Amino acid sequence: MGSLREIPVSLVADRVRELFLEANWTLGADVRAVIEGARDAEDSELGRWAFDQIVENIDAARRELLPLCQDTGLAVVFIEIGQDVHLVGGHLVDAVNEGVRRAYGEGYFRKSVCDPLTRTNTGDNTPAVIHVEIVPGDQLHLLVMPKGGGSENMSTVEMLTPSAGEEGIKRYIVETVRRAGPNPCPPIIVGVGIGGSMEAAALLAKKTLARSPGRPNEKDPRLATLERELLDEINALGIGAQGYGGTTTALAVHVDMIPCHIASLPVAVNIQCHVARHRETII
Amino acid sequence: MKQPVIIHTPLYERVRRTLRAGDRVLLTGTVLTGRDVAHKRMYEAVTAGRDLPVDLDNAVLFYAAPTPAPPGRVIGSIGPTTSGRMDRYTPMLLERGLGAMIGKGSRSREVRDAMSRCGAVYFGAPGGVAALLSRTVRSARIVACEDAGPEAMMELTVVEFPLVVINDCVGGDLYETVNRDAP
Repeated sequence: MGSLREIPVSLVADRVRELFLEANWTLGADVRAVIEGARDAEDSELGRWAFDQIVENIDAARRELLPLCQDTGLAVVFIEIGQDVHLVGGHLVDAVNEGVRRAYGEGYFRKSVCDPLTRTNTGDNTPAVIHVEIVPGDQLHLLVMPKGGGSENMSTVEMLTPSAGEEGIKRYIVETVRRAGPNPCPPIIVGVGIGGSMEAAALLAKKTLARSPGRPNEKDPRLATLERELLDEINALGIGAQGYGGTTTALAVHVDMIPCHIASLPVAVNIQCHVARHRETII
Repeated sequence: MKQPVIIHTPLYERVRRTLRAGDRVLLTGTVLTGRDVAHKRMYEAVTAGRDLPVDLDNAVLFYAAPTPAPPGRVIGSIGPTTSGRMDRYTPMLLERGLGAMIGKGSRSREVRDAMSRCGAVYFGAPGGVAALLSRTVRSARIVACEDAGPEAMMELTVVEFPLVVINDCVGGDLYETVNRDAP
């Protein structure tokens, strides 16, 4: 039997806390670069004004240690656990929630989680939505994604029929963005999951949002082409930054795909606003 | 680009009637905040024949729930939430004197009709720039729904809050214009 590497769950809690604090205060340099590029290429005057505010906000948040957005999000956490890791000192889920609780308290972040029926706020932004995957090795990979409600509300899953084909998939994705219009705080990043089952497509779509914006799908050149075509079609909608009209509606389209049932063609579209927050680390 | 229009609260109807979809606006004065929970409760109050918890006459209602104020600040980050969720409750509030709303995203036909009828306007505030908008807020106090946590209704004093007129009171709609003009 191979040796196990022990990781105390308190270390996971500490890292989760740090990652959520950083994610809500400081936008990734890669996201900022894509936003600045789009601003410089924007034809619409109102659109440029909207982009200027977005860039100024990134600086203001970092300088004044204020959250980039008042919606500091539902705490989504992806954890890849190496199968040679032994977690000790408590329960992993409790540790993740403890990290979330501390970050949202200490950071003066908004608590945006409530009972779905009574709408009573849970008071500390828990529970987090946690996705765990077992992978080879003895490391633990943590990825946190504070996810805002406005863009999440515009996200959808559709069980297309196989006869819809690639054209049907594209039509559905572009129509989803058109219908969302100004609501999800454009410029957006469009995450697309194709295949699997209903929930697998949704999870795949969400995971693509952690990719550096505009970085093409590197596993499948067909998908990289699809991403470019979709980006052109979406930007031709003219919705523009904040929906004020303009040349950039989406900063990027990220597509990933897995095999599906012979009867099915699941497609999920997960929309991310321009405050594309995510942070990761390896323990 | 046209210079922004400078406006102050109370936002009387004669001023509201001069604003047009697409105008940039800088708003100074008092605004109320309220979103999902506050709207549900105002609706329930009216349905039950009770008074509203706040005075809406010529008022500006901002669909927002800020982050808590860190020590030494009057407010945390603040920005608009999606207005469409408030549509169901809005015509009733417009009929009770509400003069303007601040949010993001499209409004229903019913809300737009009620705006025309009541001479009200709907402003878009930029989404996802809440640290920047925080600077325009000079004071904040809770006025209703305190138990609703971040969704409590607040009265804010703002200085030159940057807005865009999305819907004016003569049927103009910036989002529709954008949609129509798309290639």
